[in-house]
Amino acid sequence: MKKTISVSNQGATLDTNRRNFLKLSGVGLAIAGLALVGCNDDDMIIDNNMGPVFDLGKGDVGVLNYAYALEQLEADFYTKVVNSFYTGITDAEKQVFTDIYRHEVIHRDFFKAAIGGAAPNAILPTLEFQYPNVDFKSRASVLATAKALEDTGVAAYNGAGRYIANADYLVIAGKIVSVEARHAAAIRDLINPKSSDFSGDDVINAMGLDLAKEPKDIVAAAGGFFKTPFTWKERGIS
Amino acid sequence: MNILKILDKLSDDKFFTKEATRLETITGISNFGKKAAMSAVPLGLGVLMSTPAKAETTSSSSAMAFKSTLTDALQLALTLEYLEDEYYRIGLATPGLIQTADRAIFSQISKHETAHVAFLKSALTSLGENPKSKPTFDFTVKGNFMPFTDYQQFLILAQAFEDTGVRAYKGQAGNVMSNKDVLTAALQIHSVEARHASEVRRLRGNKGWIELANGGNMPSATDAVYAGEGATVQAGFNTASAFGPEAGSASFDEVLSGTDAAAIAGLFIVA
Repeated sequence: MKKTISVSNQGATLDTNRRNFLKLSGVGLAIAGLALVGCNDDDMIIDNNMGPVFDLGKGDVGVLNYAYALEQLEADFYTKVVNSFYTGITDAEKQVFTDIYRHEVIHRDFFKAAIGGAAPNAILPTLEFQYPNVDFKSRASVLATAKALEDTGVAAYNGAGRYIANADYLVIAGKIVSVEARHAAAIRDLINPKSSDFSGDDVINAMGLDLAKEPKDIVAAAGGFFKTPFTWKERGIS
Repeated sequence: MNILKILDKLSDDKFFTKEATRLETITGISNFGKKAAMSAVPLGLGVLMSTPAKAETTSSSSAMAFKSTLTDALQLALTLEYLEDEYYRIGLATPGLIQTADRAIFSQISKHETAHVAFLKSALTSLGENPKSKPTFDFTVKGNFMPFTDYQQFLILAQAFEDTGVRAYKGQAGNVMSNKDVLTAALQIHSVEARHASEVRRLRGNKGWIELANGGNMPSATDAVYAGEGATVQAGFNTASAFGPEAGSASFDEVLSGTDAAAIAGLFIVA
């Protein structure tokens, strides 16, 4: 037996009145595409896609869930780092990773509380992650992964700003992205101290602008870390 | 320009449908803003024909006010970038000031600030605004600081400028969100300033992030740069509950109003 369920939160909106910050009105859940396919014992259909795929949603809900997804990833990664520091880690490096871990957990918990309070039926569930090419015992591997995650976070927030309708959410995103950029610079400084890499030409262009990437490019680049799939149809991620 | 010509332009299909590069989009929006403003005055033809100067100087139309908030934000950003650009140019040009090992860092920072000045000037020009010219700066603040003879003071002011820049851009996000390309560029500059801030802070033996409202071995003259950074409640969420107020306050940077940012910059401007 094979069935396909796709769940979307069509109709979910956020009340953008500043006094009702993060209050939700009019959540709708649409269940579409339920299909039952009969089979007999001779036809073995192996289906690895065992459940519904969550869609991040529309408008500001979608953007907040997107940020939440990325913060979940960072919190998960740094939790693994601090639970088993890499070989030869210095005290200074421990402090940096402990601080970053704390910040990302706070960011993640912030979005969980904020979206959970405002749009409880539309909040992204807890995702699972995987790190197939990361050696948590290796300084180089951990630093390289941290650098990629922080730069990705900066590029993601910078690219998502244009999709935020509510000015208060935009400010919140602004308050977080600069901290991610501080993280990125610190990690890059650990990798190559006293160099220009903290704000390197690989991320800052000739106009002095940092990266800003479309959500679908971020998800394509970081997708390998996400074990739990999700879509964001409004932004072309399916 | 009389009202009939304005209406002709607005009904020109090409104006609304042409493919535009990003800067052209900005120009298109700015031109539209100007024309809309002129048509927002009372439509009595007598008013337009007899007092054209009055018609153009109205400040009551929302299109003009909207655009003015946007360009005011960019003018403020430009002032801050002029300040940083000049500061680092002087620093790098002062023999023996910046430790050799740190030169690569400040060359990179300086390169970016120069680029930011150029970018903001062209953005303002595209929006039909004259960029303000560079103010005259006094980085000694009438002899109270010696940033170009004492490297530690150079670093102190560098940290203050970068941390101020992050907060100032953040404070203007709402004022530029009406133009998505300008907003994106502002975010892209804002995160660069945050990278700079992190690096300069670390050069001084600080963490790259701001814990509580403490700049980190900074003189009290810079208190205004860090006022409010100790906040541990964000949209009703207590950021200190998991790990305490240091981590909580550091995980979110705070805004600075345009007025406060201008006041800080103003300390270093003589004309």
